[in-house]
Amino acid sequence: MNTALWAAKTGLDAQQTQMAVVSNNLANVNTTGFKKGRAVFEDLMYQNMRQVGAATSQDTQAPSGMSLGTGVRVVATEKVYTQGSFNQTGNALDVAISGRGFFQVALPDGSVAYTRDGSFQLNSQGQLVTSSGYAVQPSITIPQGAQSISVGTDGTISATLVGQSAPSQIGTLQLTDFVNPAGLQPRGENLLMESGSSGAAQTSTPGLNGLGTLQQGAVEASNVNVVEEMVNMIQTQRAYEMNTKAISTTDQMLQFLSTNL
Amino acid sequence: MDRFLYVSMSGAKETLQAQTANNHNLANVNTSGFKADLSAFQSRAVQGPGYASRVYSTDASVGWDDTTGAMTSTGQELDIAIQGSGWFAVQGANGKEAYTRAGNLHVDANGQLLTASGRPVLGDGGPISVPPYSSINIGRDGTVSIVPAGQSPSTTAAIGRIKLVNPPSSQLQRGEDGLFRTTTGSEAPADASVSVTSGVLESSNVNVADAMVKMIELSRRFELQVKAMRTAEEDAQSASKLLSMS
Repeated sequence: MNTALWAAKTGLDAQQTQMAVVSNNLANVNTTGFKKGRAVFEDLMYQNMRQVGAATSQDTQAPSGMSLGTGVRVVATEKVYTQGSFNQTGNALDVAISGRGFFQVALPDGSVAYTRDGSFQLNSQGQLVTSSGYAVQPSITIPQGAQSISVGTDGTISATLVGQSAPSQIGTLQLTDFVNPAGLQPRGENLLMESGSSGAAQTSTPGLNGLGTLQQGAVEASNVNVVEEMVNMIQTQRAYEMNTKAISTTDQMLQFLSTNL
Repeated sequence: MDRFLYVSMSGAKETLQAQTANNHNLANVNTSGFKADLSAFQSRAVQGPGYASRVYSTDASVGWDDTTGAMTSTGQELDIAIQGSGWFAVQGANGKEAYTRAGNLHVDANGQLLTASGRPVLGDGGPISVPPYSSINIGRDGTVSIVPAGQSPSTTAAIGRIKLVNPPSSQLQRGEDGLFRTTTGSEAPADASVSVTSGVLESSNVNVADAMVKMIELSRRFELQVKAMRTAEEDAQSASKLLSMS
């Protein structure tokens, strides 16, 4: 049928996607380590109905052509990796990353996922795990009876063991960085997976090679800006309404045509 | 049947096409860097014997609205917007230079600076590639500088300068992929007076009030053409009634 209807329909689709992204952002406004998403739009291809500059006679050319646009498409829903604010929790096993980088965790199927959610806990074996129970890599086990655990800015974990006066080092947290973090594949559960567009994982000590440093006793809050999302929501809703109007107007035109002829 | 039926038919058809262009603009009301399509009607007289009473209309895209869209702050260092007039150069699918104002850039796995649709951003000497960095900054003149990964913030390296151009609108045309190119096919010269701001995106310059009013106008105009077509049919009916026996 007429492209006028389809152009407006792509507008509805795009606004719907934008709304889904906005509501996901708003739903995760209190999710630790969450990075907001953003829908990126692009105009769809143009149909060239009459070439601009076509010869209208031997010496003259058409000053304007006719190219009809066919609407809009969503090219990407990308993650925005700006730093979230720090919430002080005082919990010794909460670690926030200040700067670039991700913690590595091992998934049950043996693959590696990445996260910025540093609210760690211990499992029954004393292993450092995420809230979902996935072990942090490289694996760190806190011995039984460890008195006070401290995490240094470079990831060194030390604890005072029973019967010892000086703290001893029991492991090191490492961070992983990617050339293009926006290319990581979100997996849910605050986890991200390496993808073809993220580049290869580069693991190093926190604070070195451009990686961020660690802060114990704090978690990184979601970087969703509620006001910004509200404004996005208004904009999306109005754009949706206008595209609906465009569809109904085009429909009325065609209806008028079929009833009157 | 009277030939004015065909004149009104062309009017209705072209109005529907203009509505498509208008719907396309409305669909892109949230597309960053989008320039509204402008269309206008042209009259085309039918040449031939007899009284020259038949003038068809054709819809033509007379270009695009070159006003600047509103600036929305995103805080992302790889989002750039061009202040005032001007464009930045990207590599089109055929390897040739094309221009756009949609500045949501990103760096891919190979370190290449790309637009959201994956077109490489061109510097003065070809596509810009970005080595591993801990922070990146795009200056007013399009210079991309980074703090290389593992270096102190005092070590900055300029790795390229985004090619900024400012050819007159009359020398640009929009391609089928939505990118702009020069009408002659040659590359526009770099223009040092174009300035960019990072952390900001230019929103679509579609004026929604204008587009809504235009939508109403086009739909009423369409109805008028259909009315005329109906009149042609009625005229033909009356004519045949006049000639009918009984």
